[in-house]
Amino acid sequence: MNDLSLVVTILRFGFLALMWIMVFAVVAAMRRDLVIGRKAKVGAPTARQARRHPELVEDAPPAKVQARQLVVTEGPLAGTTLELSGTPILLGRAQEATLVLEDDYASGRHARLFPQGTRWFIEDLGSTNGTFLGGNALTRALPVELGVPVRIGKTVIELRP
Amino acid sequence: MSQLQTVAKPRRNTELLLLILALGMSALANALVNLNLGRTFDNDFFAQIAILAGLSLAFHMVLRFKAKYADPVILPVVVALNGLGLAVIHRLDIATGDTAGQRQWMWTSLAVVAAIAVVWFLRDHRILRRYTYISLLASVVLLILPLVPGISAGNVNGATVWIAIGPFTFQPGEIAKITLAIFFAGYLSSNRDLILLAGKKIGPLQLPRVRDLAPMIVAWLASVGVLVFQRDLGTSILFFGLFMVMIYVATSRISWILIGLALIAVGGVAAYQIFPHVTQRIDVWVNALDPEYIGAPFGSGQIVSGLFGMANGGLLGTGFGQGAPYSIPLANSDMIIASIGEELGLVGLFAILCLYALFIARGFRAALGTRDAFGKLLAVGLSFAVALQCFVIIGGVTRLIPLTGLTTPFLAAGGSSLLSNWIIVALILKISDAARRPIDVTGPPAPVETTPTIDQAQKEVPAP
Repeated sequence: MNDLSLVVTILRFGFLALMWIMVFAVVAAMRRDLVIGRKAKVGAPTARQARRHPELVEDAPPAKVQARQLVVTEGPLAGTTLELSGTPILLGRAQEATLVLEDDYASGRHARLFPQGTRWFIEDLGSTNGTFLGGNALTRALPVELGVPVRIGKTVIELRP
Repeated sequence: MSQLQTVAKPRRNTELLLLILALGMSALANALVNLNLGRTFDNDFFAQIAILAGLSLAFHMVLRFKAKYADPVILPVVVALNGLGLAVIHRLDIATGDTAGQRQWMWTSLAVVAAIAVVWFLRDHRILRRYTYISLLASVVLLILPLVPGISAGNVNGATVWIAIGPFTFQPGEIAKITLAIFFAGYLSSNRDLILLAGKKIGPLQLPRVRDLAPMIVAWLASVGVLVFQRDLGTSILFFGLFMVMIYVATSRISWILIGLALIAVGGVAAYQIFPHVTQRIDVWVNALDPEYIGAPFGSGQIVSGLFGMANGGLLGTGFGQGAPYSIPLANSDMIIASIGEELGLVGLFAILCLYALFIARGFRAALGTRDAFGKLLAVGLSFAVALQCFVIIGGVTRLIPLTGLTTPFLAAGGSSLLSNWIIVALILKISDAARRPIDVTGPPAPVETTPTIDQAQKEVPAP
């Protein structure tokens, strides 16, 4: 076996080794994400995690009293109440909506109110005029606390116990 | 849909280290090809490695500025796969005297530049949601293009999926896979509740209403249309699989999977009975090792020579330049996995499968982390499209399922596939950036919807 073929053989197996080094390097780089339960937990962070990484705590603590009704306080449908069960509610002008808003400033499928855990969340469905929770426009799903007004077009709704 | 939380860190330096490793791997692969086939290390070799390094480092720098929190492992994995593909295509060029390698270098450069442009100009992936129905229209146009006389490249290897403009040929169906994913993500994120809640319940199955089934049926018709008019079984499977998975992810209802599988069964049996090209594919698959089928035109010769090649490679492979992968028809595109299996062996092939699995897993991880339904669905759809494509073509080459003409993402010779897959990479990076970015108010300005709200609140317009 001359020198060149020895080099070629070493490089040949070296290349296979390098491919696997690449694979394991990638796995090592993402192991932080793979350790579910310690550093990357699904769902809410534990108290210990929250102490170590305060940035993980993003949501308000859960409401003590659960919402039972949705009340329309302003707008064409003012006074309407809706009993809340465990299913999501679609708000908008579309006939398929759970609460059909007769409001020219609301979109067909305007927003969605859905339960998660003990709380209700509101999510804008790409409406034209936006959804406002306590005066701020929604950019993502946020929890709705009792008594906080949610404005959709000219309609304002609230959750009541 | 679930959500994962991790502490936000940019981790761009990790990406740089992995990128250097990936570039080293590509350079070594190309060097081995030259060494084993007695080529000198000419200017071409250094120029090509410099181009790949330059482009991927440019992409890395753009990520530092434009998507600081993007996933650190996606880019290195893709560069490693692409660089390896370039080496294998170059190796086959030397054996056959083709110039596919030059074209592949050109398309790689173009694709990386396109991906950089997407990361640079797309401020937020949610902007794409505004183009939900335009995407549907674009997909339909893209799928019809190869059938339009004048720009159609006609029937190539049994399928009418190419267009030819001047000297360039392109497969518009590859781009359609992105636009269709955008359409389905947009449509399903708005209509999820309707599909979820309306409809009758029979036993444990919640059946959707007929009119909510409409998009599913449109998807099915589109797949069947591709099968009938373009005679392209692979793309047809890809589109239908994509729709089925996205609807399932949006609704988490097993009934959609059952309906989808029923439609596949009906479509599959009907296609086997009606279309000769489907019948032929399946017959060739079942009787691959029958001498009568091996010799026949469009027979099983391709699959069988691929299988023999992989058998010749064994566990460790013959080494670059030592096997005979050039004897397989279409060795550098459809059958590139067989070429790699022969020269790098099972060990090398599994490393490649691991890289694919890691890429797809990172796409799903981005979907779990992002906070908007549209982004979740888009990331799942795009990564699943890559996964299904890998399964269909690698399964076909290894004779697990009938061989259909899909490209092996990032590896196979083919410009349109490279371009669309690099755009997918850019979109997934953008979504993972949104997913990993810290959410506190002091951070970088939150995108899109926040800026125009004050104006909108003051001068509202009646909604359409």
